[in-house]
Amino acid sequence: MNDVTLTINSKPVSGVTEPRVTLLDFLRDVAGLKGTHAGCEHGVCGACTVLIDGTAVRSCLILAVQAEGEDITTIEGIGGSGARAGELGVIQDAFCETHGLQCGYCTPGMILAAEALLSVNTDPSEHEVREAISGNICRCTGYVQIVDAILLAAKRLGQRNDAAPSDATLA
Amino acid sequence: MKPVRFDYKRPATIDEACGLLASDDNARILAGGQSLIPMLSMRLSRPSLLIDIAHIPELTTFAENETHIEIGAMVRQAVAQKSKLVKTHIPLLAKALGYVGHPPTRARGTVGGSVAHADPSAEIALVAATLGAEITYRVDGADEIFDASDFFIGPMLTIAPPTGCLTRVSFAKAPAVCGTGFHEVAPRKSDYALASAAAQINFAAGSGVTSIHLGIGSVGDFPERLDVDQLCGTPLDDAAIADAVHAAIQMVETVEDLHATAAYRKRVATELAIRALREARDEISKDLNQ
Amino acid sequence: MTEQKYKFLSTPRRPVEDRRFVAGRGKFIADLDRPNMLHVAPLASHHAAAMINGIDASAALTMPGVVDVITGAELAAAVRPLMNGLNTPNVRRFPLAVDRVRYAGEWVCAVVAESRALAEDALEKIIVDATPQPFILDAEAALLDTSMPVHPEHGSNLLLDRKFVWGPVDDDFDAAAHSLSFSVTWGRNSTVPIETFGVLAEWNGWDQMLDIWASIQMPKYADQIARSLDLPGNAIRVHYDVDVGGSYGVKRGIKHSVLVGYIARKLGCPVRLIEDRLENMRAGDAHGPERKFDITIAFDQDGTVRSMKMRALDNAGAYAGRAPFQLGKPISAIVGPYQINSVAYHALSVTTNKTVQEAVRGFGQAPTNYAIETAMDRVAEYLGMDRLALRQKNLIRKDQFPYLIPSGSYYDSGDYHAVIDKVLAAADYPALLTERDRLREAGMMAGIGIAACLEPSGGNSSFEPLLNQSNQTSTWMESCQVNIDALGTVTARIHTTSSGQGHETLVSTVLGEVMQIDPELIRITRPNSLESLPGNSPVGSRMAIMLGGAAARAGEKLKAKIMAIAAHRFGVAIDQLCYEGGDVLANDGRRFTWDEMVELAHRQYHNLPDGMDPGLASFDIMQVPTGDALPVDDKVQMYPCYSFEFHLLLVSFDPIIGRPDIHSYFIGHDCGTVINPAIVSGMTYGGIAHGIGAALFEEFAYDTNGQLLTQSFLDYLMPSSHEVPAIQIVKHCTPSPHTVFGQKGSGESGYLGAPAAVSGAINDAVSGLGIHFEKLPIRMSAISDAIAAKTS
Repeated sequence: MNDVTLTINSKPVSGVTEPRVTLLDFLRDVAGLKGTHAGCEHGVCGACTVLIDGTAVRSCLILAVQAEGEDITTIEGIGGSGARAGELGVIQDAFCETHGLQCGYCTPGMILAAEALLSVNTDPSEHEVREAISGNICRCTGYVQIVDAILLAAKRLGQRNDAAPSDATLA
Repeated sequence: MKPVRFDYKRPATIDEACGLLASDDNARILAGGQSLIPMLSMRLSRPSLLIDIAHIPELTTFAENETHIEIGAMVRQAVAQKSKLVKTHIPLLAKALGYVGHPPTRARGTVGGSVAHADPSAEIALVAATLGAEITYRVDGADEIFDASDFFIGPMLTIAPPTGCLTRVSFAKAPAVCGTGFHEVAPRKSDYALASAAAQINFAAGSGVTSIHLGIGSVGDFPERLDVDQLCGTPLDDAAIADAVHAAIQMVETVEDLHATAAYRKRVATELAIRALREARDEISKDLNQ
Repeated sequence: MTEQKYKFLSTPRRPVEDRRFVAGRGKFIADLDRPNMLHVAPLASHHAAAMINGIDASAALTMPGVVDVITGAELAAAVRPLMNGLNTPNVRRFPLAVDRVRYAGEWVCAVVAESRALAEDALEKIIVDATPQPFILDAEAALLDTSMPVHPEHGSNLLLDRKFVWGPVDDDFDAAAHSLSFSVTWGRNSTVPIETFGVLAEWNGWDQMLDIWASIQMPKYADQIARSLDLPGNAIRVHYDVDVGGSYGVKRGIKHSVLVGYIARKLGCPVRLIEDRLENMRAGDAHGPERKFDITIAFDQDGTVRSMKMRALDNAGAYAGRAPFQLGKPISAIVGPYQINSVAYHALSVTTNKTVQEAVRGFGQAPTNYAIETAMDRVAEYLGMDRLALRQKNLIRKDQFPYLIPSGSYYDSGDYHAVIDKVLAAADYPALLTERDRLREAGMMAGIGIAACLEPSGGNSSFEPLLNQSNQTSTWMESCQVNIDALGTVTARIHTTSSGQGHETLVSTVLGEVMQIDPELIRITRPNSLESLPGNSPVGSRMAIMLGGAAARAGEKLKAKIMAIAAHRFGVAIDQLCYEGGDVLANDGRRFTWDEMVELAHRQYHNLPDGMDPGLASFDIMQVPTGDALPVDDKVQMYPCYSFEFHLLLVSFDPIIGRPDIHSYFIGHDCGTVINPAIVSGMTYGGIAHGIGAALFEEFAYDTNGQLLTQSFLDYLMPSSHEVPAIQIVKHCTPSPHTVFGQKGSGESGYLGAPAAVSGAINDAVSGLGIHFEKLPIRMSAISDAIAAKTS
């Protein structure tokens, strides 16, 4: 058993865990953050996507012990929380606007993949959007309304001066 | 799909990593984890100890000398993809990196890990084999260097020393005039390729074409070079390229599985090799025509 | 055709469910933890068939954290076998293999431990003494008398063998100028949600209550658990407020649920089983149809299709499951959208040593449409006739509705030609043809895909008595309860789980429309099964019709009550009143406001009309429209409402590489009145994605040893954002006469026609070489090999 402290959504989270526990399972079972989902546990479906240092990664392909020292963002770190619970970030709101989801299972991973894209590419083409989410499988939507959501979010973020995607929440 | 139990250590130096590897028959190096961890989850890999080399400083850097670019084993594929050194001096690798996995796996996967893992359809391994890159292993306190063109001997099988740790992959810098081509075909973009081809044509003003490198991957048990030296000294027209490829690929045995027949792989590998050479040739057509 | 103007229906509204999902606040089964919960890991057998001689779990039981190991023998002594749909009592199925393994991956025993990882560690210590047996994988072989029955007690591998003759088939064949025969095969695939199946059970001995939470989409789920565990119906409490991460039919999980329910009762603590992906693919028992169609079609020189003979042989796998009924539902649209006069249909289902099938989106309609549309393409090819013109000639015309098809169903409404015209215009069909020809001239193979098909919707159980005469059932109902509380706020209850169809939005929109109040203010709750009225869960593309219908009727009942209260209040007849946005206006100008009405109903009994109950609550239990009779002479009305879709796409591929690239995709879609546009469009896009997967990528393939080759997502390939193109939906609306707003179902849209259309496009591309692809999925390797064989 190893003592592990991870920085998750800017907060330190400590726990005791076996080395064999993936970051995915640590997030869900030790940190109690259920928004990151397990779809395949072998790195294909992307439902487990989180951000490390702002870059999208597959949390089922990282051991919790590997992630010590990294800056991890989960879906719970997007949008409002605590006193601002119920507020949506720009990307989240765009997904609601275009109905870029149905069952919601792939959605946290999809939104974080979008977040990773829009933080480095503020005006992506449709092809670039599709490339950015190509590692996130959705079985409900056929991706059309997801692509619409991300392009809409890009447009809206462009209309606010230099707001980082996750900083820009809507009241 | 939970892995078996194992211990985890983070050595600070290469030699410490090698020491750990030597001390336990069942220890494995953990680099980016993108290939290893799925195998752990499926219990296909059952190590007793994982040695995480991600925090060994010298493994995460590039080095440049007069003739070569050295890529540290832990350089992430995404970092290599953005690297100006790679774009400028190893253009074939730069092209291939866009085909490796998906953005999230490139963020964690490493250049060294891909080479050590030796998947038959690994793009980085194909480029390394095609260009005859130098693969350095540290073992028993000393460096051992392997030529990539005979490093891969089977699916996930190399001639790497079992107690050694890959430290860097070294590519010869491309000459000022050089054309490259990389083609890959998969059922979905970024799937394990059904066939892949990498080509580089090196040119020197005054001498003309100095060397031609061609390799194919994904169709057999390991990436392999194809000998098209006969093209040197020819105008590299389409017919000559096709003839050379057909001759070189004739004895290559291709694998058959659910996704593609052996005949398909042979046919498409041939076609992609031709296209890769043509693409490389077209890149330097101005120089060729002088 | 007039379009009614609605205040909330058919207007762009954000689905209310989306808010929690974008925040990662869905409540999926794996998110639920109960105190002292134990975890289950099943042990899979690797033999396609074997006799189980013994199971030695002694070493496993000593492992850390292991509480118990359950064997098939123990389970079979304690629970009743799982229900069959057909009359096949000797095809007995238990959650764990009993005496015999019948497919590679079948669960032989189950470890219960303090964590999933510890359970998996213990699995490796269990020794199963098994003797491999001969096995059978091929459906045609399973039909032979000489084949080894997967269930010896059943005597053969035949689960279903029914022949139907509707109309004068022989006469029509004699009179027709031509006939042709061909075969196509729908490869085994499934809709494979990203969330696997999971179930959590907790037994409370003091209350004698079994609580169940599950990622479930299943009619009569609680009933089947009760029956298997031999518990009274009111001892099972299924919690419907679990979000289901996609199902598209397959999440039935009855064997998992009975297993976990049994363990929970035995051990007296909560027990949870979440399939991992390997378990899900190989033994989740959620594979879809694997069906070979042999078709002979009779037609005239002018292209009129007169009659069709269809033999459909389905490879059900090792147990009966729900598979055989997926041969029955397509009877509801056995002629597709065409005026085919007569049909002979031979439905066969056989057991083999493969994984068990479950209900998949469309319940057999997508494979059947693939066969019918291939037939139309073949007839056109034979006659040298344009494929589109041939269809337009044979399509049912708008003046022919309601249209009675030979198997006894009436198609309620439609205007198929108008939908096609709209699509052709939107796609600029001549330009599409020009583009196809340009691609061909540039050395590519290019083809246009066309598919016209129906989505029978509303659900109905009538295929059950049709295929199993001892099952005399006709009820297929749905229900809704509505309450206006003492503060005047509205809450409605829906009695099912949902898996992304937006039922909360559906009900609040419908109720808001009926009661003229803002849907955003209506709260939707999901009580548990004991607090619920009867329903049949979201299957058969039924909820817009049935849940929408029940909600609307419950709302109308409340409105009627409000009007009666107001009439009494004002001392006037009801026809002197007008309901307006929740208030009631009298002709003389007096206004009875919502708040006044609520106050009166809840607190002023003395002002209520005589005999009226206080409060403002209503419920409705609705039977499926037209569902009032059993089959007669092999004919019956199946589903009440028929949506229509028309697919048009352009595909091209390099003749050597063989990888299809979809350039443009148009779908005309008529599902009657649309309740929420974004929800319906989303369904259609998603259905097309599933269809592209079935046509090009997805297959549960087995090797000659009966081992599943596609055990993970590394080999079972699902379309990503690169494989699903931009799609344009062209809308049309012919309302249904059977439903309150004219709405029809749309839960299967896109999926029902996309495989046929994509297959048709590829076949069009290679038609010049005389190649026909006759099996799905059509892999790039097969395309390239076929072309190479013809051109070398």
